[in-house]
Amino acid sequence: MKRMSLWEYANPKKFMATTNVVLPWISVLAAICLVVGLVWGFFFTPDDFRQGSTVKIIYLHVPSALMAINAWLMMLVASLIWLVRRHHVSALAARAAAPVGITFTLIALFTGAVWGQPMWGTWWAWDPRLTSFLILFLFYLGYVALWEAVENPDTAADLTSVLCIVGSVFALLSRYAVNFWNQGLHQGATLSMDKEENIADIFWYPLLVAIAGFVLLFVALVLMRTRTEIRARRLHALQMRERMG
Amino acid sequence: MIRLFSRDLTLAVRAGGGFGLGLAFFLIVTVLVPFGVGADTAQLGRIAPGILWVGALLACLLSLDRIFQLDFEDGSLDLLATAPVPLEGVVMMKALAHWVTTGLPLTLAAPVLGLLLNLAPAGYGWLVLSLALGTPALSMIGAFGAALTVGLKRGGLLLSLLVLPLYVPTLIFGAEAVSRGASGQAATTPLILMAAITLGTLALLPFAAAAALRINLR
Repeated sequence: MKRMSLWEYANPKKFMATTNVVLPWISVLAAICLVVGLVWGFFFTPDDFRQGSTVKIIYLHVPSALMAINAWLMMLVASLIWLVRRHHVSALAARAAAPVGITFTLIALFTGAVWGQPMWGTWWAWDPRLTSFLILFLFYLGYVALWEAVENPDTAADLTSVLCIVGSVFALLSRYAVNFWNQGLHQGATLSMDKEENIADIFWYPLLVAIAGFVLLFVALVLMRTRTEIRARRLHALQMRERMG
Repeated sequence: MIRLFSRDLTLAVRAGGGFGLGLAFFLIVTVLVPFGVGADTAQLGRIAPGILWVGALLACLLSLDRIFQLDFEDGSLDLLATAPVPLEGVVMMKALAHWVTTGLPLTLAAPVLGLLLNLAPAGYGWLVLSLALGTPALSMIGAFGAALTVGLKRGGLLLSLLVLPLYVPTLIFGAEAVSRGASGQAATTPLILMAAITLGTLALLPFAAAAALRINLR
């Protein structure tokens, strides 16, 4: 039997065939996780003794913030793969992930504002975490705008990949520069691997389910959008062939 | 490379655009701010470092699309790309020429504008020093953005959308150094961090910009 390799999915045909089978499962799983996680989180957890029921926005805020950053990381990896190995699926996946990342960034900013209004007494504060997220949003906008502006798809893929790499470095720099610039209002990390004092288990389990739901949702959306991009490109190629013939 | 540098310099001076225009823009931004926020000198003095840095940054942005666009249109960029000089060196020289025609005049003009905004006396040295150290980074980052958008018909607006987020760290450290210096605090830490960013961009971004140019010239 031939050994399977990840690179086989660089073949669009193979990618389409596999995702055709996998996508419904991932979508259903994402839906189940989201419904379970959010319903559990919203209706079956106690109110926090200081924050009341506002604490429940955590089930949207934390997973979307997490995925907003991870989406950019995924774009970075996909861009590197495109630049090194020239797999078109990789470039298209990076392109497909950007609007999803923007949406998650906006959800995180919006839910943060909604939570911050009663808790901090303000919709917005120039806090390092908030500010870095806003900057991340600007990076996403520039990335998408560059994709849209360049006509030749291969040139666009190359240029956006270079931008993604340089942008990653500067996004990281901005993150630390912003820390230097202003003291924070935002609490520390809710989740971390090496710290004992995470949030209480009763909030923690539904949050994990919600995070799993957001991860699956992201994968499903990116796969779906990548499939659309591949189809659009095939259509374009067919149209060109017709015009030529 | 030196010839390329002097050629760019001559072109910039003779064309008349970038040289005076950036300065005039810087002046206008600085003059407009008091109309917007009021003539209270204490308040103006407090926000002067930030205003001066943002103004310098915008003035820098104004002439970025000229770095490669004209050469791209008349085909001399193709010649430069096939010349024995490495394209990274060409980018470096172009950025340097841009800095000499915009960043350097801005740095020299900044103290006068600081006077208009009632900057604290202790801040002038830090203002000039931070602009002198920071504007090369602005030119280099801008050259990268210009290289990305050189093939586009109307790249100007996109260029600012791409470049401005990249300016954030430089702006933060630059304005922080001046405002700390103006209020008599130790300002060396942000200044050193900003110098580190400048050196890092000068070392690494020519490669990224040259890669983008090669893609666009393909």
